[in-house]
Amino acid sequence: MSTTLLKLHTPPQVPLETEVISPTSLSGLSESGIEHLQVMHGNVKAKLGDFFKVTGKGGSDIHLEGDLSNVKMIGTGMSTGKITIDGDVGMHVGMGMSGGEILVHGDAGDWVGPEMSGGRIVVKGNAGHMVGSAYRGQPAGISGGEIFIYGNAKNEIGNSMRRGFIAIGGNAGDFTGVNMLAGTIIVAGEMGIRTGAGMKRGTIASLQSAPMLPTFEYSCTYHPLFLRFYLIRLQENGFRRIIQDKHLNGKYKRYSGDGIELNRGEVLLFAR
Amino acid sequence: MSSELKIVNGRVYDPKNNIDGKVQDVYVRDGKIVESVSSSATKIDAHGMVVMPGAVDIHCHIAGPKVNLARKLQPEDHRLDVHPKTAVTRSGTGGVVPSTFATGYRYATMGYTTAMEAAVPPITARHVLEELDDTPVIDKGFYVLLGNNAFLYKLLKEGRKKEFQEAVAWWIDSVHGYALKLVNPGSDELWKGRKNANITDVNEKIDHYDITPMHVIESFIEAADELGLPHPPHIHCNNLGHSGNISTTLDTMKAAEGRRVHMAHIQFHSFGGEINKNAVSGVKPIIDFINANENITTDVGQVMFGKATAMTADAPLAWMLRNVKFNKWVNADTECESGCGIIPFSYQESVYTHALQWAMGLELFLMSKDPWRVLLSTDHPNGGSFMSYPKLIKLLMDSAYRKEAIEHVNQKAINKTVLRELTREYTLSEIAIITRAGPARALGLENKGHLGRGADADITIYTEEEDKEQMFNAPRYVIKDGVLVIKDHEFATDHKGKILHCKPGYNADIADEIEPFFEDYYSVKFSNYAVSEDYLHHHEVIPTHPKDS
Repeated sequence: MSTTLLKLHTPPQVPLETEVISPTSLSGLSESGIEHLQVMHGNVKAKLGDFFKVTGKGGSDIHLEGDLSNVKMIGTGMSTGKITIDGDVGMHVGMGMSGGEILVHGDAGDWVGPEMSGGRIVVKGNAGHMVGSAYRGQPAGISGGEIFIYGNAKNEIGNSMRRGFIAIGGNAGDFTGVNMLAGTIIVAGEMGIRTGAGMKRGTIASLQSAPMLPTFEYSCTYHPLFLRFYLIRLQENGFRRIIQDKHLNGKYKRYSGDGIELNRGEVLLFAR
Repeated sequence: MSSELKIVNGRVYDPKNNIDGKVQDVYVRDGKIVESVSSSATKIDAHGMVVMPGAVDIHCHIAGPKVNLARKLQPEDHRLDVHPKTAVTRSGTGGVVPSTFATGYRYATMGYTTAMEAAVPPITARHVLEELDDTPVIDKGFYVLLGNNAFLYKLLKEGRKKEFQEAVAWWIDSVHGYALKLVNPGSDELWKGRKNANITDVNEKIDHYDITPMHVIESFIEAADELGLPHPPHIHCNNLGHSGNISTTLDTMKAAEGRRVHMAHIQFHSFGGEINKNAVSGVKPIIDFINANENITTDVGQVMFGKATAMTADAPLAWMLRNVKFNKWVNADTECESGCGIIPFSYQESVYTHALQWAMGLELFLMSKDPWRVLLSTDHPNGGSFMSYPKLIKLLMDSAYRKEAIEHVNQKAINKTVLRELTREYTLSEIAIITRAGPARALGLENKGHLGRGADADITIYTEEEDKEQMFNAPRYVIKDGVLVIKDHEFATDHKGKILHCKPGYNADIADEIEPFFEDYYSVKFSNYAVSEDYLHHHEVIPTHPKDS
């Protein structure tokens, strides 16, 4: 399989919107064809080639190199193939993706995988706010797929998520799983305040204890069998150092909530 | 230097001047239609094209705090519809409730040059005027919500008819409104006072006041008549959207007793059947009554499938709709003078009620005998965006297209209507009436909606096409006040339209009467309430014709 290499030669002064960097848009294009694709540099139209040096024809395997922390919307709408980012990446990575994989070796900005319906995003570093969240005003967030963040993530992870799986290796900010409709979020580290506020259904699990909202009711302490399978899957996908055997076999405190939404969601906190 | 324009060889549709598709020339000087121009006039060759006056929207919701609330409530709608700037026009966002700039430009790109904001609580008028000023190209005015006004109710209760009329005039003048608007009269008082209360009958007593909605309706019709306002009271009846509401609608229309009245979005008020049961079409008695009574004008308030936003001063209605689909909504406060509710909504072909409403709207159009009085609207954005007007025009003009469309909607609903039997097709002249000449006449805008001498030079030129949706979607030229705003489908220049408003006369002493009530019950000072003329910017006073002069 040939690789398409995009190397950043001119870091953008203001955010660069590059929806075009996805296997679907690049496939079949020549090097110069790729360099001529239109991108937005702030509010000015520009060409991809103004910022990136392209090597290789457009294919399903794309490698990006350089400091892309100011480059947004990489992998928009991708349905197949793989994008590997060798460094930090900006906001909205993997927006609306339905398949394939995005691997980020550095940190990611806010809005990782918004409107995602399938595929996988793996971030080896930290991520910003709104991981796997619904855009403002949208009734439902991600409807499928997996997002694995090895480091920390900030506020509103999985806001209004409808389905899918989000795992955070480090700590989470406030409002994890706010307004969640269904799906699963697992946070290995500490969670901030107001976890699960307004959640309708779904599961939020943490390997630490966490402050709970008064609208969540303590149900019991038990060993949720299904969680073991999720955790084993995470161990197999790079979370081995964080998830230990005691987490696989231990008991969890179960809280049901949010009480303002009929108590059908759950928060599981590792007990012992 | 005077600017002159001549449009030659076009087929002209000007129903007010009895011109029906005749090939003739139209001349423009300094923003007005004239009988001849000099040889140096700019020439537009409209050979093979259709020339019509600029269209007039008699009922839409395009400016003010409630529109802003609807914008803020739906960021998801805007994100997907960006309205980029061009070399001459400004940027904005679209969707069902576009931003101010986008609203003006989008109306213009469909050949609309005048639009009336249909519901403004007086306390928000300052904001409305600011937004309207920022709505480019089109001329615009607004209707003042006075049908649920605590002070006016007090005067009615005390039987002080003269003072009531003075106060109504004071209100229109103080906020620079165009016409009177009643929305579900009496209901907001109940709604504010008791949990989930609403008016169910026009002869029901309004809490705390010894009057009924019927009393309110009659008083406003009389006041508009006495003051000689160019447009009669614009009435949104009680019981909107409830099955069996035709009796309320008929009662309201009868109350006019031959005096002029405009019934807003009549489709929503034409439900047959029994209360709290499944609605059926009650269009026949309604349209028969309208056909037989020349004092009544109406706009249809057609429902178009797709996204809409219920945006109303009818607060109890908003609560009812909120309970249909538990989605986000807003119920806003408007102090002593109205109510407000906003709900993002979506009309679907498969849903019985939605398909029924769609079919009822079409029934109203197709069973109307006088296009001058049954006018085109979608009650934007309540029944659908104004951007769907071209599609609606195609439904009216093309019976084959309509027949096919009927097959794609809920058949149970269609079976409750006579839509299948209606084979009428609107002609271009009739379309020119329901979108131009008719609304202008109903509004009393003598310089709009026609191409006779002295009219405002608001002109649209369409390339004639078989597909009427495509044709009305994009006029080739749009001329506003004699300025070529759209040329070959592209904006050639930006343009600022006028605010249209009335200045009815009244005895200034009435202000002393209103002031104490204000100081007691309002959150704003009386002296800050009336809107200064500085807010009018570019404007035109439409003359009133009071009865006693």
